[in-house]
Amino acid sequence: MSTYAKKQGFGATLWDFMTTVDHKKIAILYLISGGLFFILGGLEAMFIRIQLAVPDNNFMSAGTFNEMITMHGTTMIFLAAMPILLGIMNAVMPLQIGARDVAFPFLNSLGFWLFFFGGVVLNLSWFMGGAPDAGWTSYASLSIHSQGHGVDFYVLGLQISGFGTLIAGINFLVTIINMRTPGMTYMRMPMFTWTTFVVSALILFAFPPLTVGLTLMLFDRMFGANFFDAAAGGNTIIWEHLFWIFGHPEVYILILPAFGIFSEILATFSRKRLFGYSSMVFATVLIGFLGFMVWAHHMFTVGLGPIANAIFAVATMAIAVPTGIKIFNWIFTMWGGSVRFTVPMLYAVSFIPSFTMGGVTGIMLAAAPADYQYHDSYFVVAHFHYVIVGGVVLGILAGITYYWPKIFGTMLNETLGKFTFWFFLIGFHLTFFIQHFLGLWGMPRRVFTYLPGQGWETSNLVSTAGAIFMAVGVIILLINIIITSVKNVRVGNDPWEDGRTLEWSIPSPPPFYNFKQLPLARGLDAYWIEKMEGKKEMTPAEPLGDIHMPNGSIIPICITIGLFVASFGALYNMDADKTWTVPVIIIGLLITFGSMLIRSIKDDHGFHIHKEDLMDDKDKEVKA
Amino acid sequence: MANQQSNSANPNLNLEYRRKQNAEEMKHQVITFSMMIFFTLIAFAMVAMETISRWFIIPVILLLAVIQVIFQLYYFMHMKHKGHETIALFIYSGLTVGLITVLVFLTIVWL
Repeated sequence: MSTYAKKQGFGATLWDFMTTVDHKKIAILYLISGGLFFILGGLEAMFIRIQLAVPDNNFMSAGTFNEMITMHGTTMIFLAAMPILLGIMNAVMPLQIGARDVAFPFLNSLGFWLFFFGGVVLNLSWFMGGAPDAGWTSYASLSIHSQGHGVDFYVLGLQISGFGTLIAGINFLVTIINMRTPGMTYMRMPMFTWTTFVVSALILFAFPPLTVGLTLMLFDRMFGANFFDAAAGGNTIIWEHLFWIFGHPEVYILILPAFGIFSEILATFSRKRLFGYSSMVFATVLIGFLGFMVWAHHMFTVGLGPIANAIFAVATMAIAVPTGIKIFNWIFTMWGGSVRFTVPMLYAVSFIPSFTMGGVTGIMLAAAPADYQYHDSYFVVAHFHYVIVGGVVLGILAGITYYWPKIFGTMLNETLGKFTFWFFLIGFHLTFFIQHFLGLWGMPRRVFTYLPGQGWETSNLVSTAGAIFMAVGVIILLINIIITSVKNVRVGNDPWEDGRTLEWSIPSPPPFYNFKQLPLARGLDAYWIEKMEGKKEMTPAEPLGDIHMPNGSIIPICITIGLFVASFGALYNMDADKTWTVPVIIIGLLITFGSMLIRSIKDDHGFHIHKEDLMDDKDKEVKA
Repeated sequence: MANQQSNSANPNLNLEYRRKQNAEEMKHQVITFSMMIFFTLIAFAMVAMETISRWFIIPVILLLAVIQVIFQLYYFMHMKHKGHETIALFIYSGLTVGLITVLVFLTIVWL
């Protein structure tokens, strides 16, 4: 293990990160690659807004615009928001429950590399004959008739990165069920761990429908099957159902971790325990459960009939109840607390009204008859950007700022952070608030341009100006990250001074084994309880002993590269003039299954950190 | 769990109790095993008779299959023992999600 005999230099660091199975390093990998994809998706958003800034614009062609919106949506959802959240979960959740790592460290690494190479496959489409252009929903009748290989990149890229996400979800579930430290009962788990738990369950149940849908799409496009081709007896609506059975839980997969992050931040900076903790847990589980009952509200105009529409409309409105419980709990958490407006707290406070606005338009859209009016207009675009940006992205920015010291051991600059916050918040409302009205004035979604004289010019220009504000905010954040990393001022255990949960009881960044002795959790907000009794650290729940750690491995990356190679063979297999595709598929799968075979037959028992190496002077003093 | 380790170093402690438990367990397993075989025979016999309506046979065979799955999970895979609450929760929520999907396909997609 590298931490024992640390080699220096770029190559050694690179090799270390390629082979790591440490949840904290995998978290950093998730954050870096998710951040890169976030910038890519952001650039695509900027291009979309430039194209729409003035009427009759010819900044890009209609075809390129379709590719832009497809890749913006797909990248932001699958390759930016979800991985960054998975990164924060990886970094924080094991520390919050007092575990030394996740349950399956090897799979954790495999999950990351699958996601990363899936994202690379998807984005290579830009350079290999055109990106997917059927929208992020890729509705079947459109995507099957899409020319070129764009949609094939979509199918295979999402399939590979979907495997990675599924693996990550299962891993977190097993970790939370089995690896909580002594005393950490379910109802003492921090809120972020609870949301991670529910989200992982949602991933477990929601991703298989996507896998099925993508497989059917793969067969339709590559082998001439007719699952979605109505002319040949198929049914194009099946794709929509499968996609939204996945797609609706997916939006809860995105928003629930953000809820968890804000719950932690609001409690910390109000110096109060989270108001209504048990009702928060209940609301989280209920949102997760109801999330599976509402997918057809994306399909009100498909023609399912009034009864089906009514059922799904009512179910959708029911979700407002647990969400409302959460909103009030956050407000009551701040009530009477001694609130400190740090950067994460600013995000949290502004999140509440921003997200509520998205929720209110959600209820408007849930009314099926009204939805016939809103459908496919900019009103919908405004709605989901209010919940995704006003909820998830604010959550991500808040979470990164809040947990930055725990992950990297340095504090981001507060002043620059406040600049980022204000630019981003103002830009966000400037961009998307006006889009509600654009929708009500009749501007349809997914149009690459519009004619002058319809009253949309000023509003679109305002929207584009807002997007520039958001871009400035993100650029300031990047500058902040660079300055902070160069200065490299180290911080202690609890840099926010009011940390409540276990992760703040260990050094920042934590040692690779996290906890020298597993801590004893004596209640909710375990570290806060100890602090209130005047103690500096947690009471250990076990004597100092050897710690069993897993070895790093290069095999996950090998397994993934095999699938990466094979996917290019599968992509071009339908072209009659390309004879090299079948050998490429075979070589790729041989790499994958060969690596899996090596993993299966080679025993790897990990290693032990010995008690003597863990003891510091204080321990020895006690022992002697 | 059923086979929880005792805290005592004495291997004979609770031996009598555990032996009785195991005998009980064995009895349950033999009973369920014979019932499962019996159910399978019923299923085959119904199909072989050719006189019964298929609209009777199909639901009955499905019902017998469900009972067999329950036997399998609860008696042979020990789900009736303590410590399987999480597993049960996930199985049943997965079933709920899956069956609702099937129900929707049967009612509003294909019909």
